Amino acid sequence: MTVSVRIDQASVEATDLPLMSVRSVSKFYGQRIGCADVDFDIWPGEVLAIVGESGSGKTTLLNCISTRLTPTAGTVSYRMRDGEMRDLYGLGEAERRLLLRTDWGFVHQNPADGLRMTVSAGANVGERLMAVGDRHYGKIRATATDWLGRVEIDADRIDDQPRAFSGGMRQRLQIARNLVTAPRLVFMDEPTGGLDVSVQARLLDLLRGLVHDLGLAVIIVTHDLAVARLLSHRMMVMKDGRVIEHGLTDRLLDDPQAPYTQLLVSSILQV
Amino acid sequence: MNAHTQVSNYNFAYLDEQTKRMIRRAILKAIAVPGYQVPFASREMPMPYGWGTGGVQVTASILGPDDVLKVIDQGADDTTNAVSIRKFFQKVAGVETTTSTEDATIIQTRHRIPEAPLQEDQILVYQVPIPEPLRFLEPRETETRKMHALEEYGLMHVKLYEDIAKNGHIATTYAYPVKVEGRYVMDPSPTPKFDNPKMHMSPALQLFGAGREKRIYAVPPHTEVISLDFEDHPFEVQRFDKPCALCGAEQVYLDEVVLDDRGGRMFVCSDTHHCESRQAAGHRGEMSGEVLS
Repeated sequence: MTVSVRIDQASVEATDLPLMSVRSVSKFYGQRIGCADVDFDIWPGEVLAIVGESGSGKTTLLNCISTRLTPTAGTVSYRMRDGEMRDLYGLGEAERRLLLRTDWGFVHQNPADGLRMTVSAGANVGERLMAVGDRHYGKIRATATDWLGRVEIDADRIDDQPRAFSGGMRQRLQIARNLVTAPRLVFMDEPTGGLDVSVQARLLDLLRGLVHDLGLAVIIVTHDLAVARLLSHRMMVMKDGRVIEHGLTDRLLDDPQAPYTQLLVSSILQV
Repeated sequence: MNAHTQVSNYNFAYLDEQTKRMIRRAILKAIAVPGYQVPFASREMPMPYGWGTGGVQVTASILGPDDVLKVIDQGADDTTNAVSIRKFFQKVAGVETTTSTEDATIIQTRHRIPEAPLQEDQILVYQVPIPEPLRFLEPRETETRKMHALEEYGLMHVKLYEDIAKNGHIATTYAYPVKVEGRYVMDPSPTPKFDNPKMHMSPALQLFGAGREKRIYAVPPHTEVISLDFEDHPFEVQRFDKPCALCGAEQVYLDEVVLDDRGGRMFVCSDTHHCESRQAAGHRGEMSGEVLS
């Protein structure tokens, strides 16, 4: 069930080779299925949404492909910056962790999971830079200031701790912290969950702009079809741990084929 | 001290030989991997945790009958901790003790390195409360071990960044993190950062014992010990405006002594032996009285 749809948009930095290939990934929790037999590819600059109800295995899948959870079966391979395709679980732990804090980003649903709540916003953004060996305070601070501006946080909040920030600001700070090393692939787990609607709208707007400008590949897990519609090029619908439908976002939302997807689409509230 | 004043019911230097053997093996491993924290089976000692149980166990394991022991507490030979540990080893090992840095073969210290340069045949034993430099940044032991193993030390600089962001300069003045031989980041125990440069390429062996946390680590002689810093905020030691009020020494670490309730104060050498030997050699500070003859 390999998805091989190519997105041909001028805004998308399309190359011939996928950035990440996922092949028959399964995760079992004892007798229970977390996710089963998932296959897909993602290309550079592409946004893929994984949607489904709670307990459908979205987050398990996201954790499996981002090396946060070892899958029971299947392979996940990633194209490194030198162009070589490597099996993620064949990498050493040091390489995997380096990947996680340089070439990848991970945006958690709860910003407290992705931020250091007891250090200032500037240090939160600067941490990845220092982790890869940046040792010039002035430059780190200038980069942090620049990134706070890009996520619409005032520069005079740079020395405040994230616990003094609102939910929406924390989420934007978390995004800045992840993007500072210019990653190529960002995983997002319900990035707009727990935010009120107007804050959600601003965040989505910001995300869409950043993804477009930076040419990021994004794998976003969400139960909110509106988020998927706004951000993603392609969608996968999951139910009970399996992918039941996949395709271009607009096609899938306008003309759902699987009965469950039809139910999902029809249960959106029309205001 | 002679054998007849030694308590005969104890093995030499209090610990039994098996324990000493275990601790020596940990020490040898620590020396072989400079800056790496080696776990060891820390014993209960006849003193409370926080009073130097780690340092005492290290000292007891390396002590021989011919050694001369000096114990300092914040640089002083005459404070409670220093006096009681010195007496302890007089009692259970019968070794000779001294307050002179030059004469000692083993110096157990709580939070200072003596001002007099150490020599090749000397061993400095530090008492360490919390051996893990990353502890206050990352509470999980499993995670800090992994960070050491994979040399992920970016977090240490986050702490220094925070210092500069809050205070305009690196405000950490003690337990200032160092990198040993280009590999492990190490907590030099809560010594003032004034002493950090003395650890670099020291001819003496430096051993660190943390009794409660059950860790031993070491800096072998002539090992590179570099204090962490930023390119535009380099590492600096504390500077004092005045010389020592008793011996007139400059370029030494001074203690502030409050004299009255009207703001009177004096600054004196924290290393009492250094101060006394300078005074004996005729050096005088602004507040030293005349010597009675």
